[in-house]
Amino acid sequence: MTEVRPIISCRNLSKIYRMGDQEVRALDGVDLDIHAGEFVAIMGPSGSGKSSLMNLIGALDRPTSGEMWINGRALSEMSRDELADLRNETLGFVFQQFNLLARQDAFQNVRLPLRYARKDVGDIDARAKECLELVGLGTRMDHRPMQLSGGQQQRVAIARALSNRPSILLADEPTGALDTRTTDEIMHLMQDLNRQGITVVVITHENEVAGYASRQIHFRDGRIESDSAQPDLKRAAEPGQAAGGRT
Amino acid sequence: MKVGVATSSATEALFSNPMRSLLTMLGIIIGVASVMVMMSIGEGAKAQIEAQISSVGANVLNLQPGNMNRGGRNQGGGSGRPFAESDVAAIGELPFVVAATGVLSQQANAVSEEANWVTNIQGGDAGFFEVNNWRVSEGREFTAQEVQGGAAVAVLGKTAAANLFPGGRAIGERIRVNSVPIEIIGILEPKGQSGGGGMGMDRDDTMIAPLSMVRNRITGGNRWVSRHVSRIQLLVQDGYDVMQAQEEVTALMRERRKISPGDSDNFAVVNFADMIKQRAAAAETMSMLLAFTAAVSLIVGGVGVMNIMLVSVTERTREIGLRMAIGARGGDILLQFLFEAIALCTLGGLIGMALGWGGVFAYAQIANAPMMVSPVIIATALGAAASVGVIFGFFPARRAAQLDPIQALRHD
Ligand SMILES: Nc1ncnc2c1ncn2[C@@H]1O[C@H](COP(=O)(O)OP(=O)(O)OP(=O)(O)O)[C@@H](O)[C@H]1O
Ligand SMILES: [Mg+2]
Repeated sequence: MTEVRPIISCRNLSKIYRMGDQEVRALDGVDLDIHAGEFVAIMGPSGSGKSSLMNLIGALDRPTSGEMWINGRALSEMSRDELADLRNETLGFVFQQFNLLARQDAFQNVRLPLRYARKDVGDIDARAKECLELVGLGTRMDHRPMQLSGGQQQRVAIARALSNRPSILLADEPTGALDTRTTDEIMHLMQDLNRQGITVVVITHENEVAGYASRQIHFRDGRIESDSAQPDLKRAAEPGQAAGGRT
Repeated sequence: MKVGVATSSATEALFSNPMRSLLTMLGIIIGVASVMVMMSIGEGAKAQIEAQISSVGANVLNLQPGNMNRGGRNQGGGSGRPFAESDVAAIGELPFVVAATGVLSQQANAVSEEANWVTNIQGGDAGFFEVNNWRVSEGREFTAQEVQGGAAVAVLGKTAAANLFPGGRAIGERIRVNSVPIEIIGILEPKGQSGGGGMGMDRDDTMIAPLSMVRNRITGGNRWVSRHVSRIQLLVQDGYDVMQAQEEVTALMRERRKISPGDSDNFAVVNFADMIKQRAAAAETMSMLLAFTAAVSLIVGGVGVMNIMLVSVTERTREIGLRMAIGARGGDILLQFLFEAIALCTLGGLIGMALGWGGVFAYAQIANAPMMVSPVIIATALGAAASVGVIFGFFPARRAAQLDPIQALRHD
């Protein structure tokens, strides 16, 4: 493989939360490159810093120190508005709790990123419809979140994340609130999207979910403990363990 | 900034909690309603005063006996020594006087074949009609000869005519006043109310008759002044300075009433137009005061709006975070909440306007005043409401716009 510029790149990334005189090192010097087209699963025990990393990659939060680049652009050099545009155009975010607007129906929820778009996005209604059809909800467009099952709500959220054709899809425990069968549906959908060229980063606790990914990264105490793309790193960290699953 | 998303989100928020929106709007509703009532009452009074000035005539001077202060407010109530017909004649001689008339008036009971009616009987000279710019619409005015001869004739004001002759035909008929038979020879054109706000008298409820006849047969003479008149009215030539005329008339009367140079006048020369203008200025001050009150209630309403908007921003922090996460800029969020505040206030303004309209209508009915709701008033009332929205909505909207995306998303 020739050396190409990673689509997501982190160097010595740290996030420290200060609560009174207590310091929590949620991220502690993380170096990470993710290339276009990868399907990455991020795993690790609770509190290991997975969400903290995801929020930084999603341009929702700023690191305490270190630098990160998306598409080669350093986020530290971008203004609030530029970050908003990056979230709108390049990133699609899927949350564990779906985060749909309760008063708006599926169609309106999916349209929202397109309506905030500053560049020309073409026919907004047609695109929103297309995305809902892609996630298999073409017939539920006028349903409000309350009138949809959890899996359906998460699919609306995915359609919303997709609507503005992002190159990166970020999902923080997207199946955390769903049962096994729905989880499989959602992960299949993500896999399809990945095959279509979208870079996918998923946080999960479940090995089955991680199994859909082409690369698994394990976190512990704010550091990368193992990375299936860099087996050396893993061996260096924990020589005795077999590759693959952690429990 | 994306105006479309902002407006639709704002209106949606407004109607999602109608009761709260309505309560929040209350201050604005009351403020706008009072702005509207105040302005239209003020404008109505102004129009009425203007009409009065034109009906009285700007260059008519009135002489009344008794002391008056410089402001023109009557203090002695006309209690001083009356004028005489010779005074009227002398004034009539002044080069700038077009016409002059003495006036004697009294409330009296008039009796026609059909009805009984108490009205204001005014004795005047033949010049009365010209000085007062008050002409007959039917019949004729009495002549100088009739005044001299003390003819028992009279001209009726519209209201008096209607009450004495409900049947309609008045001219040529006879009435009796204090058992004096008087022939009706004319009907005056209507003049309407005097005094602002419907509190004045109906100027058409009157009867004008030759001065000498009224003195001799109705009011009776005066103990100290023979051939007396209680007031003198004169019409100043067009283009002649009314102030100058006022001074010359005062000088003439001081001489005729033998007032020593150091002593103050025992009569007053009044320009009614000036008095009305002064009253208009007073009315203006009053409506300014009321407008200030209205402004205060708008500000109180605005603070209420600001308060509820701050609550709304707090309640919807997660929603704001989500919108930011999918690409809304700070400006988009700012606009959304600003629009919400403006919509809240404008809607309140519309309701207040409907209410104010009702108030103006009721006032017009009660006070019998003209209803004045001009586009300027509507624009002012709505503009005031919208500005309150902008001013008091800005702070909460900016607070929403400055939220940190991740903190907003984590908010519960
Ligand atoms: N806003 C915050 N303020 C203070 N501490 C925080 C904050 N957010 C996260 N932390 C702390 O940072 C550490 C990493 O948290 P993070 O949410 O990244 O963990 P995680 O790996 O996503 O865990 P989980 O699997 O439970 O979601 C934890 O110790 C957490 O308590
Ligand atoms: Mg987490």
